[in-house]
Parts: sequence; structure tokens; C-alpha cells
Amino acid sequence: MKARRADNPVTETVSALLIPFMQIYALYLIAHGDLGPGGGFQGGAVFAASLVLRAIVFGLDADEERRYERLAGACASAGVLLYGGIGLLCMLRGGAFLDYKALPFADPKTAYHLGVYGIELGVGLAVAGALLLLFMKTAGSRDD
Amino acid sequence: MTEPVLSLTQHIPALLVLVPLLASAIIPFSPARLRRAGGTVALLANAAALALASALAVETFRLGRVTYNFGGWAPPWGIEYAVDPLAAIMLLLVAFVSFAAAVYSRAAAGAEIAHEKLPYYHSAGLLLVSGLSGMIITGDVFNLYVFLEIASLAGYALIAAGRRRDALVASFNYLILGTIAATFILLGIGYLYMASGTLNIADLRERLPHIYHTKTVLTAFAFLMVGFSIKTALFPLHIWLPDAYTYAPSPASALLAAAGTKVGVYAMLRVTYTVFRPEFNASVVPMKTILLVLSSAAIIYGAVMAIAQKDIKRMLAWSSVSQIGYIVLGAAIASQYSLTGSLLHMINHALMKAALFMCAGLMLISTGAEKISDLRGAAARMPLTMAAFTAAAVSMTGIPPTLGFMSKWHIALGAVEAGLWAVVPVVLAGSLLTGIYFWKVIEPAYFAAPPEGHIPSGRGQAPDTPAPFWAAAPAAALAGLGVLLGLAAWTPAAGAARAAGELLLK
Amino acid sequence: MIEFIAGKYNYWIYIILMMIGFYAIIAKGNLIKKIVGINIFQTAVFLFYISISKVKGGTAPIHWDKAVIYDNPLPHVLILTAIVVSVSVTAVALALIIRIHKEYGSIEEDRILRSRREKL
Repeated sequence: MKARRADNPVTETVSALLIPFMQIYALYLIAHGDLGPGGGFQGGAVFAASLVLRAIVFGLDADEERRYERLAGACASAGVLLYGGIGLLCMLRGGAFLDYKALPFADPKTAYHLGVYGIELGVGLAVAGALLLLFMKTAGSRDD
Repeated sequence: MTEPVLSLTQHIPALLVLVPLLASAIIPFSPARLRRAGGTVALLANAAALALASALAVETFRLGRVTYNFGGWAPPWGIEYAVDPLAAIMLLLVAFVSFAAAVYSRAAAGAEIAHEKLPYYHSAGLLLVSGLSGMIITGDVFNLYVFLEIASLAGYALIAAGRRRDALVASFNYLILGTIAATFILLGIGYLYMASGTLNIADLRERLPHIYHTKTVLTAFAFLMVGFSIKTALFPLHIWLPDAYTYAPSPASALLAAAGTKVGVYAMLRVTYTVFRPEFNASVVPMKTILLVLSSAAIIYGAVMAIAQKDIKRMLAWSSVSQIGYIVLGAAIASQYSLTGSLLHMINHALMKAALFMCAGLMLISTGAEKISDLRGAAARMPLTMAAFTAAAVSMTGIPPTLGFMSKWHIALGAVEAGLWAVVPVVLAGSLLTGIYFWKVIEPAYFAAPPEGHIPSGRGQAPDTPAPFWAAAPAAALAGLGVLLGLAAWTPAAGAARAAGELLLK
Repeated sequence: MIEFIAGKYNYWIYIILMMIGFYAIIAKGNLIKKIVGINIFQTAVFLFYISISKVKGGTAPIHWDKAVIYDNPLPHVLILTAIVVSVSVTAVALALIIRIHKEYGSIEEDRILRSRREKL
């Protein structure tokens, strides 16, 4: 992937400015998903897009590529486990799967909000990880 | 907390889908040591799913119907899981076959799949099981679509894991057709929602009868039927199947042939008998006639094509096209007997075809045999494999003491009962042709001398290697089960299938 | 006649889009173009879902003090899920195409078929 690096000052400057904002926007989307438009999938996709942009514009060396892949895999797995874990926790406490009211918080409303946040975070992690992994597997130079 | 506290047994419907799903997420991304043990993790998850499915079946037959509301939301607002006797039988069948396939895969999948890809293979297998269980258990049509796609995606990955490069093309072609099918189903669901304003299956059943004659509902039904016909590989929409099953790794073929297409038929039954009522098929659309013609054609055409094959797995794949014809035929006649026969044949075909594909894999491992001509005198070299193959073939053909006889007998009885005499010769001729294509394999294996210096097509000069015990055991066990279930004629299995069929016709 | 076409224009658009996609799936020999066709085919159905969620005079289904009627949010949610599924299918398909290209050296259907036939 390094060979494809554009070395173009315009794209590099614009991306360097853009990437942090994309990532903050992604986090905003995830955190805002319970009441407004947005949510884990959209936030995760935007976050993955920011990392893909970084990889395309600045290029990745072999070492970075491996690190990216490992990180993406871990994120995808952790996201699914976080989602499943919250669901299982609800079940262990006597509610149905994803019945947030059963979570160990005093106020059901708080439990509901925090439950949704946890789920959105799980979805966001899984989506960001999976999309990044797909990018690495299809565009990466490593062959396995 | 005012909510009723749910006990562990009440959580089984959700756990049945969750356990394989979470296990499949863990395997590929875990540390290297756990990844190498992917086969063991898959086996454990499948064993857990089998235990859960057994418990659920007991519970369902005790209570009649078990439901589960996700997030504590009551239907029709929330997503509901609903298990009736038919669903319980199917869940148990899928769990059992996938457990057997997991035992086989742990011991011998490495023979056909590159070492570093094995964790992904086990993960995809678990994902398939999770998707199929979800399709069976869900009480929500949109949820059905999502699980269908989960199962399909896992299926594409499993087929692409085959050792020949043709597997990639087979998988791609299946992906194109499978996606068209899934999109048709999505469109059908959209029309149903548009007409009725609900996605819950029980709710749809209540609301649809008032609007059966509207164009929207008819369109929805047409799209759903075509979509599921592609997924079940009903003639003439079977073209993706032979290549896919031939080039997939043997345990994957076993899993897909045994569980995958059966769940497609199950979904079709759900749509025609539960979402729509039997009256709809009888009075509004000529579905019965269409399915009778197509399934009869499938039985004969699939069997004739199977006779023409030289490759063992391709022959088994064409045999699947023919046997799916039987299952749909029984469902289409829609009488008490024929539905029982159809369900029994689903069980029979699932167990036997899994055993046969495992045997094909064992033949490849131990002697490198891929073509039927490689099998001359093979019975002496691999007696257990050939014995299992023969037993499964006997049950598939429908020779009296086996389960296959029971199922075809019921289908034929149902046809006579419904006055459809033209169907009876089709059932008999199909059985005869089935006997012919299996005899073509069994005869040279037992009665021909092994040729001198013959090199099997599957590999070079490598000497015979005994198949791993834990790969041969599930194949033999499945084949033996077919004979056993048939021997104990009115076993609980037959009774259960009858009960499930009765409920479906209500 | 004009009312028949203009009054149901959302259905016409989705049917035309769907057929364009279907045509690409069947007629194009390039595997990537087939996948583009699949995507258009699926998007047409998404459009159908979104168009049936519209309520006359309704606003976007986001809580807003001035809103009286909201559009039906359920089809939006369903389609969000369907889009995720469609992305996964596309990803699997692209991964398959990359491997097909590695094995056959081409992603044109006729060349792949010729290469398979030569091998037999």
C-alpha cells in the first residue's frame, strides 16, 4: 500500500485537518444515537472511514498494516462481545435478552439509557472493526 | 422490579441463537492458541446448542408453544421468538446435524481446508448454525430475512473454502442467485407490511384473511415463494446447487445439504401454512398445482441427472435436488399423511445426506477417491465407510426397514388419499431411480476387483491412509440412526412429525 | 393514464431501477459489474420501503415540538438493517472476486469459463 502513496501536499493537509473532526463526529453519532438520528452503525462507519482515509493518504508500512489488522479484528470481536455481554447480563438478572430495565441500576430510566449507550458502543466498535478489516483484507498488500 | 423474573429454561430460545453466534465471533479474533483450538470451541458450542435444542423440544411438546419477547417488548411491537412442535423438531434436527458435522470437522476438516483458514471455517460453520436456528425460531418475518442472510453469507464463505479453484466460482454464482432470492423475499415482506401494517407472523395470520384478494398480498406471496424456491433449490431454480455442493469441503456440503436447504423448505412451509392459511393456497392461488408439477419434475430430473454423474459428490448433489422434490411434493399435497411424510423425509434426508457427504469426504481422505470409478473394490479397503454409505443409500432409496421407506410411504398414501393418482408413479419411479444411482456406486465398491496401478483422481501416488476414527464415527452414527428410526416404526419421531403436521394444517 | 403513472411514481422508479440492476446482473460478463447490478437491484427495494413509509404531511420521524404527524419510522429502521446486510454481501462478493482474479487471472465470465473448460 505504501507504493500507492500520493505524496500530495493538498490531500495530506486537508486529511490531517479532517480526520480528527471525523473521529469526533463519529463519537458524537454513537453517543447521540438513542434519541436522535445516528447510532452505532453510522458512527462506526464514519470512524472506519477516517482510518481508511488516513491509510490511503499517508500510506501504511508493513508493520502498521499488521497493527491495523490486529486492532480491527480485536475491535470487531470486542464489539460483538460487548453487545452479547450486555444482553446476557440482562438475562442473568432475570429480564429478557436486552431488557435494559433489568440492568443493575437503581433507576430504570438510567438503566435504559446506559444500556442503549453500551449497545451502541458495541455496534460502533463491531462496525468500525469489520469495515476496517474488510478494507485491509481487500486493499492491503499482505497476502493471507 | 415488577417484571416477572425469567428462569433459565425460559431463556433457551434466545440462547439457542446466541451461543453459536458469540462462539463464532470469538474464534477468528482470539489469541493464536485458542484459534488453533477452533474446532474444539465449535464442537463445544454445538454440543451446548444440541443440549439447549433438546431441552426446548421437551418443553415445547409439554406446553404446546414457547415464546420469548426480546427486550421485554410484547409482540407485535417487539421481536418475538415462537416455538411450536414443528419448529422444535427442526431446531433439534439442525442442532443434531451440525453437532455431527462439528465432530467430523474437528477430526478431518484439515484434510480439505488449508491450515491457516481452519478457524474461519469453524467460525463460518457456527454462524450458519446460528442463522438457521434463528430462521426457524423467529416469529417475525423481517427477522427471518436477516437470519436468512446471515446463514447465506456463512454458506458462501463455507463453499468458497473448497480446495479447488472452481469452489470460488460456485460460491460466486450462489451468491448472485442467493442475493436475488433474498431481495425478492425482502420485497415480499415489504408488500406484506404495506398491506397489513405488521411484521409479526401470528399477527399477519390474523390480519391477512380480510385482504387475501388484494393485488398487494398476491404480489407479496409471489415474491416470497420465488425467493424461497431459489433458496431451497426447487427445480427449475436449482442451478446453483450442484456446483456449490460439489466444490464445497465435504463437511460443509454435509451441513449445507442437510440443514441449509431443509430450513429453506421450513420457511416455505411457514409462509404457506402459518403466515397465509391453508385456505389461501386452496382457493386464492393455484399453488398446489404449480408445486405438484415442479416437485414431480424435480424428483425425476434430479434422479436422472444423478445417474449421469461420474463424480461422487456431484451425484449426491443432484440426488439432493431430487429428494427436495419429495419434501416439497409432500408439502404441496397438503393432507395429513403427506405432510407427515414430508416432515419425516426432511429428517431422513438431513441425516442421510449428511452421512453420505461425510462418507464422500472419508473416501477422499483415505484413498483419494473422487470419481465413482475410483471406488472399484473400495469396500475391502474402507469397510466402515462403505457400510455407512450403503446404509444411508438404502434409507435414501426407501427400502422397507428404514426411515426413508416410512417417509415415502406416507407421501404416497397422502397422494392416494387426496385422489392424486398421477403422483404415485412419480414417487415410485423416483425411488427406483434413486436405487439405480446408488447401486452404481455400491456395486463396483463391493463386487469389483481393485484395478492394478490405478491412481485415484483426488491425489497422486500417496498410499491409503486410515480415516480418523472421530471422522468416521459421526457418519456411521447418522447412517445407523436412519435404519433405527425406521425399525422402531411408530417411534416418537413419527408421532412428533404427525403432531407437527396436524398443527400446520389447522 | 397520466394519473396512473404520476400518482404512483415511486413504484415506477423502483421497478425501473430494479430492472436496470437485474439487467446488469444477467447481461454483464464482468463480475464487478454484476455486483454493481446486485447493489442497484437491492437499492431499488430499499427505495420502495422508504417510499411506503411516507405519511402525507408528516415530518422526519425525529422528536420535534412543532411536528404534528411523523412519517412511519419502522421501514427506515428495517432498511438500515437491510443496508448492513447488503454491505456484507458486497464485501463477501468483492473478496471472492479478488480470489477469483488471483486464481484465474481474469474477472470476465467468458474467460473464466474457457479456463475452467481447458482444465477439464
